[in-house]
Amino acid sequence: MGEVTLRAVRKSYGATEVVHGVSCDIADGELVVIVGPSGCGKSTLLRMVAGLEEITAGEILIGGKVVNAVEPKDRDIAMVFQNYALYPHMTVRDNMAYGLKIRRLARAEVEARVRRAAGILQIEALLDRKPRQLSGGQRQRVAMGRAIVRDPQVFLFDEPLSNLDAQLRVQMRVEIRRLQQSLGTTSIYVTHDQVEAMTLADRLIVMRGGVAEQIGPPLLLYERPATVFVAAFIGSPAMNLLPAVASEDAVVLAGGARLPLPAGLAADRPVTLGIRPEHLVAGDGPATIEVRVELAEMLGADTILHGRLGDGSLLQARLPGAERAQPGERMRLAVDPRQLHVFDRESGKRI
Amino acid sequence: MERRRAAQDLLPHLILWGGIAIVAFPIYMTFVASSLTQEDILAGMPLLPGPHLVANYREALFRGVVATSGISVLRMLWNSLVMALIIAVGKIFISLLSAYAVVFFRFPLRMTVFWMIFVTLMLPVEVRIVPTYQVVAELGMIDSMAGLTIPLIASATATLLFRQFFLTIPDELVEAAKIDGAGPLRFLVDTVVPLSRTNLAALFVILFIYGWNQFLWPLLITNSPKMTTIVIGLTQMIGLGEGRTDWDIVMATTLLAMLPPALIVLLMQRWFVKGLVESEK
Repeated sequence: MGEVTLRAVRKSYGATEVVHGVSCDIADGELVVIVGPSGCGKSTLLRMVAGLEEITAGEILIGGKVVNAVEPKDRDIAMVFQNYALYPHMTVRDNMAYGLKIRRLARAEVEARVRRAAGILQIEALLDRKPRQLSGGQRQRVAMGRAIVRDPQVFLFDEPLSNLDAQLRVQMRVEIRRLQQSLGTTSIYVTHDQVEAMTLADRLIVMRGGVAEQIGPPLLLYERPATVFVAAFIGSPAMNLLPAVASEDAVVLAGGARLPLPAGLAADRPVTLGIRPEHLVAGDGPATIEVRVELAEMLGADTILHGRLGDGSLLQARLPGAERAQPGERMRLAVDPRQLHVFDRESGKRI
Repeated sequence: MERRRAAQDLLPHLILWGGIAIVAFPIYMTFVASSLTQEDILAGMPLLPGPHLVANYREALFRGVVATSGISVLRMLWNSLVMALIIAVGKIFISLLSAYAVVFFRFPLRMTVFWMIFVTLMLPVEVRIVPTYQVVAELGMIDSMAGLTIPLIASATATLLFRQFFLTIPDELVEAAKIDGAGPLRFLVDTVVPLSRTNLAALFVILFIYGWNQFLWPLLITNSPKMTTIVIGLTQMIGLGEGRTDWDIVMATTLLAMLPPALIVLLMQRWFVKGLVESEK
């Protein structure tokens, strides 16, 4: 019942189109994360689902009904905002109960729902406080409580953790996931943080410039990114992207290194080769690249190696923490050919 | 160390006390004069209050004097109070609504409307007093409370102040209310007004005093003694030329005229500070 469908949704402000036709089916109970750099249209898309922005073209369906012309309050959604948007003059209890009171629920029912939500979020002790007497994390909980009491078909999260400090963000991230799973409410979650996106999502929508570059489960996007952009955006440290030329059974890097490929390609095609830093190992293998070490970041568990190839392009490798390397040293790094990603240089699409 | 502190504090205190004395002395003299008889005042004023305080105030409040056609000061105070309250509340009501419309709604010519309101700031009441008088006269509102207050209610200043405050209300709050299902009027009453209470208190004080002290407009628009406001009545009491001036009564009336605005300031100040302490951004 809580499924959401986007059909070629577009948004323009005057002559500028900022969302260029996004389509996606979101199943009941699914948590979909929309991720992308700022200005990619991810918040606009969410706000269109909420009804805070008009839909220029296309359709949005919530629970099987087209909601293009439906007011936000009648869409059966609840939204959690980045800056919490709590009513500053109301107590926590009133903040959570406000939407229910407007909907004319019986007082006992309102109180019961607020109690239950406060119990789930462990904020019973805060019910009589005003938002300014709360810490950032507590305010975030209240904002979520306000969404939960409504028992909507869909939760919408607009970068809800961006204003929290790093430690709290990790903790709240886990909690949001647990909460969403136990309530089983369909959720759309917008963030620019790819780690947050990877850990939370059932499915990810990676957006760039108003276009959904790829939609799929986080691991699929990690293992088989459809475009250079997705490849670079998902994963940390970011994937190495090197200019290369394909021959029939291998790619030749600009610096001259020749890496065999499992599947053949049309010869002399200009490509971009993607290698994840964590897939490189020290030593020789079927595909080997030689680099000159510029910097080695010893993180304990890992060593992040920054190397330069013969042609001057940079290569990062994530090696086991035991690996030692001195700046200036020459080092050979091997990669399993099956873990190479090859993209068309022109279109950026995966080959 | 302590002694030097005290010496350092002495000079500022002296200056402050001097300032207070300069401000308060005329008021004290008014008070002294209101406790004497006419003869005592004219014979050269003493610096200490006399025994006629209660009698003077009773006469001023209830009997009225010849100069004001026998209308008592109590009646004039009442007129002024009603006028000032209508002006203050009316101004706040109108400017709250117009600022709300200009800030939170998108309609054609929105900015034009705002600038039209803003431009009226540049015209003082005196400039448009003749046409305004004509309009009020033709509407038959001379000598009525409506004629006295309505033309003074439109307020560009308050609209501007509210607009500036409303612009600081985050968009997300408006959107949260939309999703919660609060309509525009509900959002105004449940969220905007409670958040503006500090501004409301401050504006009320300023506008009440503005209304109370109106002189030119009431002078033009009221003819019947029954509509006389306290400020007008006070000036009428001071006889011109041969007219006799009961200075003891005038002084008592002056203090009475100062009382309501002073009370409003004192009462609202508590709110005001409370609002300031509680407000958060």
